[in-house]
Amino acid sequence: MTSENIESIVNKRYEHGFITDIETEAFAPGLNEDVVRAISARKNEPEFMLEWRLQAYRQWLEMEEPEWAHVHYPPIKFDEISYYAAPKSDDDRPKSLDEVDPKLLETYDKLGIPLHERARLAGVAVDAVFDSISVATTFKGKLADAGVIFCSFSEAVREYPDLIKQYLGSVVPRRDNFYAALNAAVFSDGSFVYIPKGVRCPMELSTYFRINAANTGQFERTLIIAEAGSHVSYLEGCTAPMRDENQLHAAVVELVALDNAEIKYSTVQNWYPGDENGVGGIYNFVTKRGDCRGVNSKISWTQVETGSAITWKYPSCLLRGENSVGEFYSVAVANNMQQADTGTKMIHIGANTRSTIVSKGISAGKAQNAYRGLVKIMPQAHGARNHTQCDSLLIGKECGAHTFPYMEIKNPSAKIEHEATTSKISADQLFYCRQRGISEEDAVNMIVNGFCKEVFKELPMEFAVEAQALLNVSLEGAIG
Amino acid sequence: MLEINNLKSRIGDTEILRGMSLSVNAGEVHAIMGPNGSGKSTLAQVIAGHSDYIVTGGSVSYMGKDLLELEPEERAHEGVFLGFQYPVEIPGVNNAYLLKAAVNAKRKHQGLGEVDAFEFLKIAREKMAILGMDPKFLNRGVNEGFSGGEKKRNEILQMAMLEPSLAILDETDSGLDIDALRAVAEGINTLRAPDRAIILVTHYQRLLDYIEPDFVHVLSEGKIVRSGDKSLALELEEKGYDWVHEAATA
Repeated sequence: MTSENIESIVNKRYEHGFITDIETEAFAPGLNEDVVRAISARKNEPEFMLEWRLQAYRQWLEMEEPEWAHVHYPPIKFDEISYYAAPKSDDDRPKSLDEVDPKLLETYDKLGIPLHERARLAGVAVDAVFDSISVATTFKGKLADAGVIFCSFSEAVREYPDLIKQYLGSVVPRRDNFYAALNAAVFSDGSFVYIPKGVRCPMELSTYFRINAANTGQFERTLIIAEAGSHVSYLEGCTAPMRDENQLHAAVVELVALDNAEIKYSTVQNWYPGDENGVGGIYNFVTKRGDCRGVNSKISWTQVETGSAITWKYPSCLLRGENSVGEFYSVAVANNMQQADTGTKMIHIGANTRSTIVSKGISAGKAQNAYRGLVKIMPQAHGARNHTQCDSLLIGKECGAHTFPYMEIKNPSAKIEHEATTSKISADQLFYCRQRGISEEDAVNMIVNGFCKEVFKELPMEFAVEAQALLNVSLEGAIG
Repeated sequence: MLEINNLKSRIGDTEILRGMSLSVNAGEVHAIMGPNGSGKSTLAQVIAGHSDYIVTGGSVSYMGKDLLELEPEERAHEGVFLGFQYPVEIPGVNNAYLLKAAVNAKRKHQGLGEVDAFEFLKIAREKMAILGMDPKFLNRGVNEGFSGGEKKRNEILQMAMLEPSLAILDETDSGLDIDALRAVAEGINTLRAPDRAIILVTHYQRLLDYIEPDFVHVLSEGKIVRSGDKSLALELEEKGYDWVHEAATA
């Protein structure tokens, strides 16, 4: 077993690198109040929304870019980014898939997302985001029967302003951090989900994001509200075409779970990671936070992250309600020159709150993969419990794994457990498998999947299959 | 079945095999004995195709094919099995999963259909019953937390599942207590077959109390210096390796 062999396996090229040729209408690069006003006007937003954006913009101007993460990149030139792009067909929105630009559908096909068939067969409603705007929404009827609202964020701002006013920014305040503030000022679109009291959402909700215009910042915003006793599972999947310029993505996701409600949020992320020399790739600076506001509520984050040049992301839970539960299951893969600084924050505020963290980091090539996690037990959180398991797997000799666990315990009754391991796919393991007739590629695949098993089993079935396939692509090539 | 002719091999700059020759036919059990550093394990690794061991001369022909031309997994598909002296742990990978992947990789090579999970489990349970193994073995991580004896038994289980034509068992007796040794040896005996050749690489004679070899070879400084029947092993036990070494250099 030679190191070259391992390299050839991990150096499989990104398979979703292509650009769809659709004329895109984008704003000129740069950001000022006029741009914020123009975005708001373009979306026919009510006055309150514009005000909210402008305040966010003013706050953002006073904030500093964070530098504490274990990642390195040249300064982002915020003046050279275009803050809005939409497919040209915006004025004439398609009423059904037949009206959707065939090239767009082709793009989804290339990504292995046969929208209509897949949606019907799998019973998944897909709110597809292409660049910054929703172009197709299915299964709305069935969801409406259950009283579930699942629509684009822009639509929610127009149709359900009261809900937006009540919940927007209530989990991730505008000035929470530099990128959250930027998002609040210029967010383009995203998804809105509202599950009424006592309703179990009849299907998995799914959104595919895709960045497709050069130099276009992508600023998604998602808000999910689960009323008392409701249940929802939301799936988010991403791929992006190959690019030379770095692309900034700063999304915000807010989840609110009221009494006895449960939200399961699953992500498979496969954005263009840049080439083997670190050229191109997405900068993924995301703020995701769930608020277990009610008693016995539960928020579960599951993520499989294989893409992006730089990932800066900490899906978190505010465990406010008594007996509420927060979970974080993560697989983060970094290959070639990728840098990932990801983890979670579990803030225990209510009594008897519990949290589980399972983080699996895989590093290959020259990549640097860091886990950063905070477990905070507030003084009033009696009987809080946390279990953290943090495992790193190294492939090859030039990569790195780093673990930064933080704990702030302010209540003596807390029970906190932290386990961490670092292992390596060794030449001996690969030779052993090959001697049993299993190819090197299959052996790496098998070991990686074994390593990630605990997280994959948390994903909805169809997503688990996709996640596994994605890992094969990122580390060794697509295996059917 | 196996023809090794004047094989020379090194690891790093150290020459280990220095012109060794051996002929093995189907149905035979050969024991290769020798002191530490004589090249026993090197021979096993070279036959299996470990890339750290560089072949610098000679040839190895297996079933009429040039074995040295084949990748390790191709050798496995052709029926070459190495029972490792130190089987590696692969945490997180289910023992059954690895075994099934191995069995199906070989079947695919043979142009046979893959066995499904039910069929596989049925076969595995039968083999385990013959070897006197607990079926729980299947659900554990590959060699993860196994005792020395369990690891060696797991190797024999893999051999039983893969039904190789040529099995080289490298120090399968090392690190075993007497009960484990007996169990492993009985397992190997059940796998003796007219169409299968077995090469036992061992330092001590005691394994041969349980598995009766057809031939015994003594390896010293990278060459076979003496061959005989099982009585040679007993003679070695009595006189020690210095005796063959002296005989070889005399």
